[in-house]
Amino acid sequence: MRRLVLLVALVLGAVAGIHAQEGFEDPALNARYRDLIHTIRCMQCQNQSIADSPSDVAGDLRRLVREMMAAGRSDDEIRTYLAERYGDFILYKPPLSSKTWLLWSAPALLLLAGGIVFARTVRSRMQQPLDEELEAC
Amino acid sequence: MWRYIVPIALFVILGGFLGRGLLLNPGQIESPLIGKPAPAFALPDLENASARLSNEDFAGKYSLLNVWATWCAECRYEHPFLLELADSGISIYGINYKDDPEAARDWLATLGDPYETTGVDEIGDVAIDWGVYGAPETFLIGPDQTVLAKHISQLNREVWETKFAPLIESDRGDQH
Repeated sequence: MRRLVLLVALVLGAVAGIHAQEGFEDPALNARYRDLIHTIRCMQCQNQSIADSPSDVAGDLRRLVREMMAAGRSDDEIRTYLAERYGDFILYKPPLSSKTWLLWSAPALLLLAGGIVFARTVRSRMQQPLDEELEAC
Repeated sequence: MWRYIVPIALFVILGGFLGRGLLLNPGQIESPLIGKPAPAFALPDLENASARLSNEDFAGKYSLLNVWATWCAECRYEHPFLLELADSGISIYGINYKDDPEAARDWLATLGDPYETTGVDEIGDVAIDWGVYGAPETFLIGPDQTVLAKHISQLNREVWETKFAPLIESDRGDQH
């Protein structure tokens, strides 16, 4: 257990350390910056955020995010700016729209469908033991 | 009866979506620039520092904007085809992306220059405006400076004939 905790701590520390020298002096701004860059996809290494990716393009986009934050732009403005150029795919949370409503609601819908199946199965199973008990007697 | 049909139906539906997903190519991400005016920009000309490449150059004809660099192997492979296209009369403009201008000039001198003008984007800021994240990437731009298409990775005859040339034809048709 202790080894597992140590391993997790090491990995988390390593991940947090990537590009740690880039950022802001102000801790609040820096925290916001780190949160934001974890929500933007690296288009080159598509399974990583620009926070984690070592690619050049990720570095360029991180620099762009820092410049826009320094110029006073909000997180939403920065995300919109990037999506206008690279498409919604660059955002880890695509905006809710006519194209993405199914994507967003699918987990809830599946849960609902599963819940209905579960309820009906339980209800039909609840019928059986009564009959079997009677037969066993 | 139903207890068999429902899971099978769910399997078929889910399989359909997943199968479709397997066939999609994550490398070809649809550009949000398509159908919109080309982003305004101005870059210094690779061969002549006092001249500029800008979006104004696209006006009045169908043009290709090709993002390339000397560090990009695929750019080397697509280069002969770009020379062919240029010879056949297609206007091709280049953006030299995050590269060394001296090396870029040598490259063109050795391999041939298919570009009417090449703009130098050493930092890559103009490329970000175009939604570029690597090389090679090629845009097709119409006479009214509308971005008609984008192709990520090597431009070759097949891509030209199946993707770009038909768009030019249909766009020409729409203009009349």
